[in-house]
Amino acid sequence: MTRYLLSTHTVEGEKREPMTDEQMRETYQQMAAIEREMHASGAWVFSARLHGPESATVVRVTEGDVLTTDGPFAESKEHLAGFYMIDAEDLDAALGWAAKVSGAIDRPIEVRPFAGFTDQPGGGG
Amino acid sequence: MASNASDAGPAVIDAARVGSIFREESGRSVAALIRVLGDIDLAEDAVQDAFAIALRRWPDEGLPPNPGGWITTTARNRALDRLRRESRGRELLGEMALLAHGSEDEDARVTGDEEKGPVKDDRLRLIFTCCHPALSDEVQVALTLRLLGGLSTKEIARAFLVAEPTMAKRLVRGKRKIKAARIPYRVPADHDLPSRLPRALAVIYLIYNAGLSRPEEPLLFTEAIRLARILAALMPDEPEVAGLLALLLLTESRRPARLRADGSLAVLAEQDRGLWDRALIEEGQALVRRCLRRNQPGPYQLQAAITAVHADAAMFEETDWSQIVAIYDQLLELAPTPVVALNRAIAIGEVEGAAVALELLGELDLEGYQPFHATRADLLQRLGRTEEAAGEYLRAAALAPTEAERQFLKRGGRGAP
Repeated sequence: MTRYLLSTHTVEGEKREPMTDEQMRETYQQMAAIEREMHASGAWVFSARLHGPESATVVRVTEGDVLTTDGPFAESKEHLAGFYMIDAEDLDAALGWAAKVSGAIDRPIEVRPFAGFTDQPGGGG
Repeated sequence: MASNASDAGPAVIDAARVGSIFREESGRSVAALIRVLGDIDLAEDAVQDAFAIALRRWPDEGLPPNPGGWITTTARNRALDRLRRESRGRELLGEMALLAHGSEDEDARVTGDEEKGPVKDDRLRLIFTCCHPALSDEVQVALTLRLLGGLSTKEIARAFLVAEPTMAKRLVRGKRKIKAARIPYRVPADHDLPSRLPRALAVIYLIYNAGLSRPEEPLLFTEAIRLARILAALMPDEPEVAGLLALLLLTESRRPARLRADGSLAVLAEQDRGLWDRALIEEGQALVRRCLRRNQPGPYQLQAAITAVHADAAMFEETDWSQIVAIYDQLLELAPTPVVALNRAIAIGEVEGAAVALELLGELDLEGYQPFHATRADLLQRLGRTEEAAGEYLRAAALAPTEAERQFLKRGGRGAP
């Protein structure tokens, strides 16, 4: 088993049509179904959504001084919006979950392996 | 091609002979060892070790009856010995014994029985791992040539005109990703094959076409054809694999006539067809006929069929253009790309005249695509619109991939004065 992070990002300045209530309900139902499937198959480890990047704070220690600034990392144009942590047999299995999630939320999903988890018993199963 | 000495009685076993056996056999051995060891680097090292031993022993002792099998067995034994000696290795062996990969030949993994009885060729797994869509195109190409083709990093770097350290980094990056992201080592399930097989075919086709940037160096042409042959032997029921092989063989048949004296690429009309390789044409056309009987057309089969029709004409003027247009119609349906539409327009131009073709070109959005401008120039020239033609030739020349090509187009598509 390998542990993967499936993450979705918001892109700064990107305009998206607001969802109708109907679309919102549909997405919610699809996501709930996918998550049930993740739980049932033992793939689900953890998942979360984040508040928007405007709620972020960056802390930086330089030569012992703590510098706190408002906002997310200034350099990045894409901000983590939510993620799943899953256990999967291999990349193909992880990509399969990613495709399901991407189809439901109509956003791309980045799939990345966690370091140091390969071949260890999954924590969520 | 590499083992031409095998039928000529007892050959001298020197370094060159071992080298050509390496080229021929290392892909199969590396593929088998990756399955046994679960690690690409370990597999490569083990196969290199085995060939180093072969290089010392074969010149004195002669070739073993099955050199490839000998290499695989020796490589596996060396690798397992080494793993047993190292503590990390013992862990790995433990994991290997525990890990049920869902593989039906599990017992063979450690005991090494797979050489007895009918062998499932691991190269099929390897090609789908190398051509996994999670890897970039350039990494897919490099890994395929390195692991399946047995080419050295230096050879691949030279073929793609990049520095050797750059190519080495590319290979390392690919192997790291396979390991870290756990790209599986298996042939895709039937329902995934329609999306995965075209990728593998595209990589082989890409390797062949990359050869065109240095047409005087045949390495990539021969490699692509060898890989296509391997894949065709491993997947005899996939008509597109046969189609790709046919396309490559028929394209390759023209190679002796493909270069102008100045090193630029000769267009079909001016090629000396007496130089075309008849043996390759016959093999390619036989494959095309077999594909046609199956009647499951795909883009590679149709392109091969077009090339086969060209090969039938002893002179350019005898080309059966209406048949070619008919095949392009089919191809455009399966692969509706502007490039296919451009080639179809050229064929229609041969049947219905340059004016019709020029009008079809007007519907295509291929601004900046060199063959588009070269075609437009040629059609304008044929219509006597010389001034416009001259402008198009200059545009095409500015986009030409090689200096020879550029000079040829600057002269308005005529040979050197």
